[in-house]
Amino acid sequence: MAETIDFELVSPERLLFAKPVEMVVVPGTEGDLGILPRHAPLIATVRPGVIAIFAGGKVTERIFVAGGFAEVTGERCTVLAERAMPLADIDRAAVERQLKEDREAADTAAVEVGEAMLAALDNPSYH
Amino acid sequence: MPSLKDLRVRINSVKSTRKITSAMKMVAAAKLRRAQEQAEAARPFAERMERMLASLAGALSSPTDAPAMLAGTGSDRVQLLIVATADRGLCGAFNSSIVREARRQIRALLADGKTVKILCVGRKGRDLLRREFGSMIVDTITDFARPRLSYDTAARIAERVSAMFFAGEFDVAKIVYNRFRSAITQIVTVQQLIPFSPPAAAAGGQAAGGQATGGQASGGPQALYEYEPDEEQILDGLLPRNLAVQIYRALLENNASEHGARMTAMDNATRNASDMIGKLTLVYNRSRQAAITKELIEIISGAEAL
Repeated sequence: MAETIDFELVSPERLLFAKPVEMVVVPGTEGDLGILPRHAPLIATVRPGVIAIFAGGKVTERIFVAGGFAEVTGERCTVLAERAMPLADIDRAAVERQLKEDREAADTAAVEVGEAMLAALDNPSYH
Repeated sequence: MPSLKDLRVRINSVKSTRKITSAMKMVAAAKLRRAQEQAEAARPFAERMERMLASLAGALSSPTDAPAMLAGTGSDRVQLLIVATADRGLCGAFNSSIVREARRQIRALLADGKTVKILCVGRKGRDLLRREFGSMIVDTITDFARPRLSYDTAARIAERVSAMFFAGEFDVAKIVYNRFRSAITQIVTVQQLIPFSPPAAAAGGQAAGGQATGGQASGGPQALYEYEPDEEQILDGLLPRNLAVQIYRALLENNASEHGARMTAMDNATRNASDMIGKLTLVYNRSRQAAITKELIEIISGAEAL
């Protein structure tokens, strides 16, 4: 078993995910961050996108987050996200409908999230 | 002396009151459990956010760069008081104790020559404050806890508050709510939201705890973090969210306190109703017996007269 880092995904309403992982890719505002064990301490903002959890060089889980913050220390990586859901649970039609409404309402923040969601569904990165 | 019929009617009416209060007590107990679970579940997020804020605030290159939400506007002339109460009554002293504290605060601020604005969260707070301070109430938010208290509600309130802050409508914001200690004890708490100051003792303990766990492997203080993008930008994004989280936490505590207070109040009411039924039944039986005795005496003395 390879060395692991404790990954936690927390939403304001509950702790969504907490277990040791081999590597996790967090979508930072300035680019994706691959977090491995013994990463340098870091605090970063997170853009709407997909968190990919790796095991054995392969992605085992993909979780969509609608932006937030990440805190990394050598042995722990915490992501604070206001909204998060497994990528597989996203209903494409509902997202498109919501996106259309948001565009009409000119809600730029919501449009950004919706577009990121669709982009994530279309071409999931890291195979 | 009330007639036997009057007594029977009274006993029955107290019995149906008891039914209602005991049902309310059980509902409150179930809701209390759920509210407690919800408050428990929200704790990790708030704790981690506080830890991040503490290290960010410590890492700021110079205090003058700090965003207004952290450093304040440099004045404390206009004060916003967020009064968080319940929408509904019948929960003992829950609402009145919050409002009493709010009144005390408002009077003290007014005596200092400050301008006070009030934001009521919950219908009861508005009802109780309207007569005395009606002109200061800027807005009331009601029906926030149905079907359940969600983070979105708190986020909306926070958005409103930060919009007011950035429009320069107030300098300092405080929230008054009931902190949940147990079903019997709730503590009225005044917490300052803007400029943000973590509750000193708790934050100190948590920061120390965070360092102790974080320090094992990294072996350094928190100031060693790298920031991406820079501290100021992260803080700009973090502070409004922190406001929402603080409000959310206060509302959750308040919600749990409300159900706790209602449970206790209804438990007392049920017990009082039982006592009352006991007393009334005693009076009823006594007067019934008196009536029977009286009738017997009448019959006997009638027979003796013959």
